[in-house]
Amino acid sequence: MIDVLYFAWLRERIGLPREQITTQAATVADLVAELRRREERYAAAFADTSALRVALDQTLADFDAPLAGVREVAFFPPMTGG
Amino acid sequence: MRVALQAAAFDAGAELTRFTTRAKGVGAIVSFTGIVRDEVGTLQALEIEHYPGMTEAAVTAIADQAVLRWNLAEVLVIHRHGRLSPGEAIMMVATAATHRADAFQAAEFLMDYLKSRAPFWKKEITATGSSWVAAKTSDEAALDRW
Repeated sequence: MIDVLYFAWLRERIGLPREQITTQAATVADLVAELRRREERYAAAFADTSALRVALDQTLADFDAPLAGVREVAFFPPMTGG
Repeated sequence: MRVALQAAAFDAGAELTRFTTRAKGVGAIVSFTGIVRDEVGTLQALEIEHYPGMTEAAVTAIADQAVLRWNLAEVLVIHRHGRLSPGEAIMMVATAATHRADAFQAAEFLMDYLKSRAPFWKKEITATGSSWVAAKTSDEAALDRW
């Protein structure tokens, strides 16, 4: 079971800020593929992952990173701080 | 080091005075304050979303890097989240070093990294609707010089 978090327009498009997911996905990309298959709103939100960033346990990561041992996955658009 | 992530407004002048006291003995202090600007003339508010937990960790890591790289005697980062009006201060950085070149460079480094490596997202609220601010490719390119 992992916590999956969504921020900014991704959160709005999916319609929730976080959810718990039971998954066998080996990598972030596998998890994205699984989410896309769920429902149209996920497919639309994750249509272009080059427009998204991912953090594993609150550290920025790549989409090919493994999920073994990870408790929290967060997806969000490029950051706009400052 | 002081890192503050907060919804509340802050007094940049008072912060700088306290920072100067903490940084006693240095030769150079640089500070920058970012203000909500209304480019189109119709901005009612800016909403800043963040990632509690990761934001603190990411901003602290960026500040740590600046301290190490430019041998800073003190560093300050304040970044607000929540709803802000045009004219309000969003964020502030201050750096203290022996010489001004280090203080200026460290401040620019902090600004560049806070912009695209700290998990904040800005949304512009106008009378006719709202839209997420898109990251610029120039923001990402700005990291290359470091």
